[in-house]
Amino acid sequence: MTTTTSHSPAIAAKGLRKAYGDKTVLDGIDLTVPAGTVFALLGPNGAGKTTAVKILSTLVTADAGDLHVGGHDLATDPQAVRAAIGVTGQFSAVDGLITGEENMLLMADLHLLSRSEGRRTAAELLERFDLVEAAKKPVSTYSGGMKRRLDLAMTLVGNPRIIFLDEPTTGLDPRSRHNMWQIIRDLVSDGVTVFLTTQYLEEADELADRIAVLNDGKIAAEGSAAELKRLIPGGHVRLRFTDPAAYQSAAVALRDATRDDEALALQIPSGGSQRELRSILDWLDTAGIEADELTVHTPDLDDVFFALTGTTGIPTQPKETVR
Amino acid sequence: MSTPLAPTRPTRISLAVRNSNTMLRRNLLHARRYPSMTLNLLLTPIMLLLLFVYIFGDVMSAGIGGGGADRSDYIAYIVPGLLMMTIGSTVIGAAISVSMDMTEGLIARFRTMAVYRGSVLIGHVVGSVLQVLASLVLVSIVAVVMGFRSTDATALEWLAAFGLLALFSLALTWIAVGMGMASPNPEAASNMAMPLILLPLISSAFIPADTMPGWFQPIAEYQPFTPAIETLRGLLLGTEIGNNGWIAIAWCVGLTALGYRWSTSLFNRDPK
Repeated sequence: MTTTTSHSPAIAAKGLRKAYGDKTVLDGIDLTVPAGTVFALLGPNGAGKTTAVKILSTLVTADAGDLHVGGHDLATDPQAVRAAIGVTGQFSAVDGLITGEENMLLMADLHLLSRSEGRRTAAELLERFDLVEAAKKPVSTYSGGMKRRLDLAMTLVGNPRIIFLDEPTTGLDPRSRHNMWQIIRDLVSDGVTVFLTTQYLEEADELADRIAVLNDGKIAAEGSAAELKRLIPGGHVRLRFTDPAAYQSAAVALRDATRDDEALALQIPSGGSQRELRSILDWLDTAGIEADELTVHTPDLDDVFFALTGTTGIPTQPKETVR
Repeated sequence: MSTPLAPTRPTRISLAVRNSNTMLRRNLLHARRYPSMTLNLLLTPIMLLLLFVYIFGDVMSAGIGGGGADRSDYIAYIVPGLLMMTIGSTVIGAAISVSMDMTEGLIARFRTMAVYRGSVLIGHVVGSVLQVLASLVLVSIVAVVMGFRSTDATALEWLAAFGLLALFSLALTWIAVGMGMASPNPEAASNMAMPLILLPLISSAFIPADTMPGWFQPIAEYQPFTPAIETLRGLLLGTEIGNNGWIAIAWCVGLTALGYRWSTSLFNRDPK
């Protein structure tokens, strides 16, 4: 039996390609995730994050690519890959008609655990994920956060060494999100490799050893959070207005500023040095622009993200125009 | 102490049996926890049995056996048809529950686990057949209470009748599973499976096919329910079976093969 050593990567993909019809979703991406690390695949909606997870977790077959997970070839031995991984998808993969405990025992049965071992594992995980009280209730009565916890608990029944988490905190309230982060950190301290996708830069920054930014089916950049931040030379000055008319006239005067029409804010590229700030202020005075709020941003992952994914400072993406 | 990987990989057969058994128990748990769906589906054949015997019975009986038949003759005539109809209406539950499964994330989870692939469908099929057989027992009890008797059938004929019912259940279950796989949601699955309730109405279940208008007779004759009903009637009541037995078995085998191929090819397709 092949086991993952610290030398061979837990996940290795070369030239991963997938198209649905004539729409290319993944256009030859390369990924390497060393064992025992957290890798975050970051990207806007529709970038292909979920498709990447579906392929690497054997759910969908790739069109091309040399893909290995846990040392096993995805194309020739998907069943061995499946024995090594655990997957928590974007949509809860729980059985809503039965109780949380029954869901856990279902997983234990499918992993061929003995009855006593299954009961013990289920009880341990329910305890660890704070689901003991709800264990005897039908899952359809659970809240979103509880379903997510149960989902992850079910994934852990087989004690997988490589875990895929597709947007694990989307739709969770801040407290549940922080709980989920702690759970992921605990997994990693046990030596588990985590591959997660997220649209939240903060999440990638908090958890990941390495981050890859996926945009339009290609890896736009890859590195640690610090390395990615270094890609962007400077920060910006953000001017916020409350009066739409003032905002409009300022936007006309400051042609090279990035507009955020919804927030009535303008972003002017700036390194944030005293001299640069003074020149911006002088310029604003000359142009007769009076902003209601002025803030100086040093580069963060958001800047990297927007720079790399080629969008404006508006987090919600406008729909791509049809050519 | 837990080990990272299962100590030994079980053989394919033992994996298939254990996983399928787990999936079957999951489906039976659903049926036990939420019996309302099966019971609702059972209402149709039981209502029709009561309606046709007690309300229409006197008029309907005039149409069978060349006149002179009474209500008890009509019970005898209609029960084999209603048993087959029970199969047609209760397998709709399989179409709905398969479709419910496929629209939820749980099946995706199963696909990414080292479980025997076929176990999901096997669990549904075996579970559905068991539910159909239980429904048949219930309808039979109602029929016997209403006065249905099959006194002259031999033990072998009883066995053959049971075998035919089980085979027909299996065939229609596979078709229903295919319908469930092909439907985008449970409502669509339920609509798609409607013909399984409607076909018996235009078979020889309620009136003999040769009393129907001439242009309609082929529709009644060339469909699975009529030969299966005629065979069951022959086995239980001693009427002429003729070549209906072989035709019924051919329908069962054909529908099973078709439903199996259809369901498995849809299941093995990459999910969207």
